[in-house]
Amino acid sequence: MAIWLTKDSKVIVQGMTGSEGSKHTRRMLRAGTNVVGGVTPGKGGQSVDFDGTSVPVFNSVGDAMAATGADVTVIFVPPKFAKGAMIEAIDAAIPLAITITEGIPVHDTAAAWAYNLAQGARTRIVGPNCPGVASPGQSNAGIIPADIAGPGRIGLVSKSGTLTYQMMYELRDIGFSTCVGIGGDPIIGTTHIDALAAFQADPDTDAIVMIGEIGGDAEERAADFIKANVTKPVVGYIAGFTAPPGKTMGHAGAIISGSSGTAEAKKVALEAAGVRVGKTPSETARLMRAIMQG
Amino acid sequence: MVDLYEYQGRELFARHGLPVLSGGVAQTPDEARAIAAQVGRQVVVKAQVKVGGRGKAGGVKLADTVDEAVARATDILGMDIKGHTVHKVMVTEAADIAEEYYFSYLLDRANRTFLCIASVAGGMEIEQVAHETPEKVVKTPIDASKGVDEALAREIVTKAGFPADVADQVVDIAVKLWQAFVAEDATLVEVNPLAKTPDGRVLCLDAKVTLDDNAAFRHPEHAAWVDKSAVDPLEEKAKAKHLNYVKLDGEVGIIGNGAGLVMSTLDVVAYAGESHGGVKPANFLDIGGGASAEVMANGLEIVLSDPAVKSVFVNVFGGITACDAVANGILAAFELLAQRGEAVTKPLVVRLDGNNAELGRQILDSAANPLVQRVDTMDGAAQKAAELAAAGV
Repeated sequence: MAIWLTKDSKVIVQGMTGSEGSKHTRRMLRAGTNVVGGVTPGKGGQSVDFDGTSVPVFNSVGDAMAATGADVTVIFVPPKFAKGAMIEAIDAAIPLAITITEGIPVHDTAAAWAYNLAQGARTRIVGPNCPGVASPGQSNAGIIPADIAGPGRIGLVSKSGTLTYQMMYELRDIGFSTCVGIGGDPIIGTTHIDALAAFQADPDTDAIVMIGEIGGDAEERAADFIKANVTKPVVGYIAGFTAPPGKTMGHAGAIISGSSGTAEAKKVALEAAGVRVGKTPSETARLMRAIMQG
Repeated sequence: MVDLYEYQGRELFARHGLPVLSGGVAQTPDEARAIAAQVGRQVVVKAQVKVGGRGKAGGVKLADTVDEAVARATDILGMDIKGHTVHKVMVTEAADIAEEYYFSYLLDRANRTFLCIASVAGGMEIEQVAHETPEKVVKTPIDASKGVDEALAREIVTKAGFPADVADQVVDIAVKLWQAFVAEDATLVEVNPLAKTPDGRVLCLDAKVTLDDNAAFRHPEHAAWVDKSAVDPLEEKAKAKHLNYVKLDGEVGIIGNGAGLVMSTLDVVAYAGESHGGVKPANFLDIGGGASAEVMANGLEIVLSDPAVKSVFVNVFGGITACDAVANGILAAFELLAQRGEAVTKPLVVRLDGNNAELGRQILDSAANPLVQRVDTMDGAAQKAAELAAAGV
C-alpha cells in the first residue's frame, strides 16, 4: 500500500507550463508517476511533450479532473498566485493537493486553510514549502528525487526536504512505504500527527521516522499523539539545537520565539513519549536500522 | 519575520487610524528638541531597541520641559541596552494613565489560524498575567476567512470584561487593529498597554509589530523600515546576493543546501566541537537548490570574510542538485576568489552525497587542492572541520 499516494494515483500539475513545473513534471514522469494533465489558465487544449509523452493542459483543476479522473494535484505556481491555485484545487474537491511553492505569505495560507475547512475539508493539503510525497516504486508527486531509495516498510515524515533525502539515503537498502515532506512554513496543511496516524493505520508500514525542527510546538503535540495512539516504533530527529532565538533559519517557520520552539523541548517531549531521538541524522538512521533488522 | 521598532509600529498604527500619542522619532538631541517643542507639554523619551527591559536599563525617561527632553535624549542616544546601541529615541506626549489593558492579534501556528488575546490587566508581560491570573486573559480564535467585524469585536470586548465607559472605543480599536494586521501582512500586532486616560480616552501607548517577509512583494513601502545599522554587515551582503545567511559566533564556517540539512550541520559541528576545544559553527548558510559555481563562490566569499572562521565545512546532499556541479562549483569558486584578489587560505572540508556523488568526489580528488579535504560521511566531516578549526584558532 503506502499512504495517500499509490500506483493508482492520477496526478495533475498546476503550473506545468512554467519553468519549475515543467522541469519537475519531466522528473515525475521519469519516476513512473502517472501524470495525466497540467493546469494553466488560458492554455487549455494545448499539450506539452515530455520525452515523447504528451500531457494535455487544462484551464482549470475542475476541467482536468473531469477529463482525466485526477485525484492528486501538485502546485508549482509562484507565491503571488499560490493562494488562488490552492483555492481552485479546494473548490474542485480534489482529494490531495501538494503545494511545493516556497515563499507564500502566511495570511494567504491561513486564508486557503480556512476556506478548506469551510468547504468541509474535502482536500488534504500537503505543504506549502515542501518537497512533496513519494511512495517509492509506486508514485512520486513533488520534487523528492526518485532514485534515492526503493520501496520498503519504513514511513517517513519530515519538515525538511534535504533531511528527508539524507534519511532516505541512509536507509536506502531497507526502503520506504511513503515519504512525506510536510514543509517548513508556520502554517501547513498536513502535520506530523496526520502522517503518524496514517502510517499507524497502514498495513505496509512497520516503523516510522519523524524529522522535526525548531519553531512552533508541532513536535510536542506529535509526541502526545504518539503516546496515546501509535504502537509502531517511532524514531525521531530534531534539527536546530544550536540555532539562536529570534532568527529565522531558512524555513519561514524555523524560529525560536522567546523560550518556545526550542529543539531541546521537542526532544524531551518525544523521549517522554517513548520515541528514540538520534543526535545526528546518521545516528537516527542507525536507530531505525536496528529496529528494522531486529 | 521582521520585528518593527516601536516608533515604526506607532507609524503603522497611525496609518490605520488607531489612536496614538503625538510625537515622533529623533536621531539627534536637536531633532528631539523640535519634537518636544511641537508637543508643547510633558514628554516621554524612549530608547528604540528591539529588546525588553529598556525601562529598567534607564532607556525610558520623562521630561517636563523642552530642555529636559534634549538632556534626556542626549543621555539615552548612544546608550547600550543589553548589547543593543540606541541610535534613535521616540519622543511623545506623556499620557496620564488611569487604567492599563492589553490587546493583540497573532499567528496561531498550532490551530492554523489567528488568535486574539485581550485582557483588562495590561502593562505587564501577558505571559505573566496568563500564568498568575489566567481568568483575566481571553483568547479568541479568529477565522481567517471571516476576520473581525464590529459584532465579533464587541463579543471579545464583553468577554474580556472591558469597562462599559471604554467599550465603544475598544471595539473600534479592535476592528481597526485587525484591519491593520491583515492589510500589512503582520504576524503580530500587540498593544501593551492599551491605556485609558483620566479624561476617558483610550490610546495605544506601545506598538509591537512583526511583519511577514514572504509578503514583502506586496509591500514595497515596508522596505523603508529595514534598519540597516542593526543588520549584521555579512547578513546584509548575503541578502544582496540572495543567499540565506545567519551570522553566529563560532569558528567553523558552514555551507550547505536546504534549511533542515544546514540546521542539522550546525548541530553536528557543535557536537564535534565538544571534543575539539569547544569550537562552534560560525554561521548558517543555505545555498539552496542550484549550487552553481557563482553561488558557491558568493557563499564561500561571505563565509570566509568572517575573520572568526578558521575552517569551512561544505555539506551537500544532492537531491536535484548534482554533486559534480557542486564539486566544479567549489573549484571554480577558488579561481573566482583568487581573481577577485581574495584567494582562499583556510581549509575546506567537503562531504558530498546523493545525485552524482561519485563523480563529484572524483572531480575534487583529481584536482588535489591541498586546502580541500574530502570526507565521506557528514559526522566524520564535521569532526574533521572542528579539528581543523581548533588547530587554526
